[in-house]
Amino acid sequence: MSIDRETARKVASLARIRVPDDRLDALAGEFNAILSFVEQLREVDVDGVAPMTSVTPMRLPRRDDVVTEGGQADAVLANAPEAREGFFAVPKVVE
Amino acid sequence: MSDLTDLSLAGARDALRRGDVTAAGLAQAYLDAAEAGAVLNAVVTPTPDLALQQAAAADERLAGGDAPDLCGIPIGVKDLFCTKGVRSQAGSKILDGFRPEYESTVTDRLFADGAVMTGKLNMDEFAMGSSNETSTYGPVVNPWRAKGSNADLTPGGSSGGSAAAVAAGLCLAALGTDTGGSIRQPAAFTGIVGIKPTYGRVSRWGIVAFASSLDQAGPMTRDVRDAAILLRAMCGHDPKDSTSAPRGVPDFEAMLEDGVAGRVIGVPREYRMDGMPDEIEALWRRGMDMLRDAGATMRDISLPHTKYALPAYYVIAPAEASSNLARYDGVRFGHRAALSQGDGITDLYEKTRAEGFGPEVQRRVMVGTYVLSAGFYDAYYNRARKVRALIKRDFEQVFEDGVDAILTPTTPSAAFPLGAMADADPIRMYLNDVFTVTVNLAGLPGISVPAGLDAAGLPLGLQLIGKPWEEGALLSAAHALEARAGFAARPDRWW
Repeated sequence: MSIDRETARKVASLARIRVPDDRLDALAGEFNAILSFVEQLREVDVDGVAPMTSVTPMRLPRRDDVVTEGGQADAVLANAPEAREGFFAVPKVVE
Repeated sequence: MSDLTDLSLAGARDALRRGDVTAAGLAQAYLDAAEAGAVLNAVVTPTPDLALQQAAAADERLAGGDAPDLCGIPIGVKDLFCTKGVRSQAGSKILDGFRPEYESTVTDRLFADGAVMTGKLNMDEFAMGSSNETSTYGPVVNPWRAKGSNADLTPGGSSGGSAAAVAAGLCLAALGTDTGGSIRQPAAFTGIVGIKPTYGRVSRWGIVAFASSLDQAGPMTRDVRDAAILLRAMCGHDPKDSTSAPRGVPDFEAMLEDGVAGRVIGVPREYRMDGMPDEIEALWRRGMDMLRDAGATMRDISLPHTKYALPAYYVIAPAEASSNLARYDGVRFGHRAALSQGDGITDLYEKTRAEGFGPEVQRRVMVGTYVLSAGFYDAYYNRARKVRALIKRDFEQVFEDGVDAILTPTTPSAAFPLGAMADADPIRMYLNDVFTVTVNLAGLPGISVPAGLDAAGLPLGLQLIGKPWEEGALLSAAHALEARAGFAARPDRWW
């Protein structure tokens, strides 16, 4: 499976990273180098092997469904590049 | 004593308790050392005000007579840890100016014990790198130099700032994190000790996430005893991290003298790689002799899926990273790109991430996006997770067969010059982690111990891998190795 320029463009768009057109071929080349390295995984017989989901065998703990540390809007917004009237501010989303 | 910065952590603890030194004096000595070592670029955000304030509080507590081990001990903290009110950028431009409103669990625990933070330490951007060259702060310089050369060497990565700071005496000990070898490889490159604990041993809460199923924090110190002391203070169950194990934490320091007599140490044949330098091979053999001398038995073992660890890692880690790093979108914190007239929310995301992430982070996020995308999820991501299960099973099998710990080299080479890999294929850089990455995939504890110098006078490390949750036994084996290796070399002070 080889990645071409168009696939590289699509992946960059899915990852929400703007890549200039003149970088796409180089990017596709880097993807192909990494993917051909991981291609080796196809040699492994994985029949009947379950994908690993938990590093150490433990049941995910549950907690009560309650607010633990609420009421801190100012702290939440303190690092926002732009905040207005208690909200994060972004460019207009709906036309 | 001639120089306060010559004390080990254990020595400083005892001197503080005896009243021979003060926390304030110790903090000042390290703040001065850090300033004098600025050329190494290891400390990116010095915190002198905080340090002196914490030291004053520690001195009061020491006078009261019931001070924990860490009380008054000056430490450096990898930039990956969120520290309240102190710039925490994970070495990335996208977190420009980020000052967390909260404290990571690990630093919170250490501060509660009276530890003194002298600064935040440089690292590869989002912990992605093996040479500390991907940092927005620029590369860290290894305090070690090859004999007869002035060339700047890498301290390794991603915890390169932590490694260089400890090796150069800019802090007494440091916090690192390890996703594929990021504590152990830089520890080996700088002649210090670094341990990655069992996955779930140390809380990940408040540590900027790279690959959540692989990340673990751990201590980087001058010797094994210091690692045991600092690790104990870092460990413990934390309800804020759902993968944190509800287990008691033993007194690792008290177990150091247990030794390795009668233990079985496995030597995996698959780690004998083609093209491995003779010096690494010879060091490994000397390590076996040292452990035999300590009363252990060496056993030739097989970990058949070793070869597939790096390929599996370079699917799983980017996949998790692409998901974890989705949060950096220019909305809630950090850098936001300047927008043009008419730009919408997608432009905001795409421009911000293109400006904020460096090339290696962009590459990994995109590879992760690709392997998780519809049509490729099974072929790449699910297959890698199955191979990961097999890698873990390899280790379980040898432990079931009576092996207590495993000895390998930490890295396939000594520290290389900064810039040496600039034109190389990314895979060549990834090969630095060939001996360490299996340990993260299997969730096991691993420690690097400085064991010798190469022909150029650069430090080399040996790695011991332990059973899950048996950091105590692992540290005691490392202690036995350390005692026989007798590694006492220090970098010549050229800075």
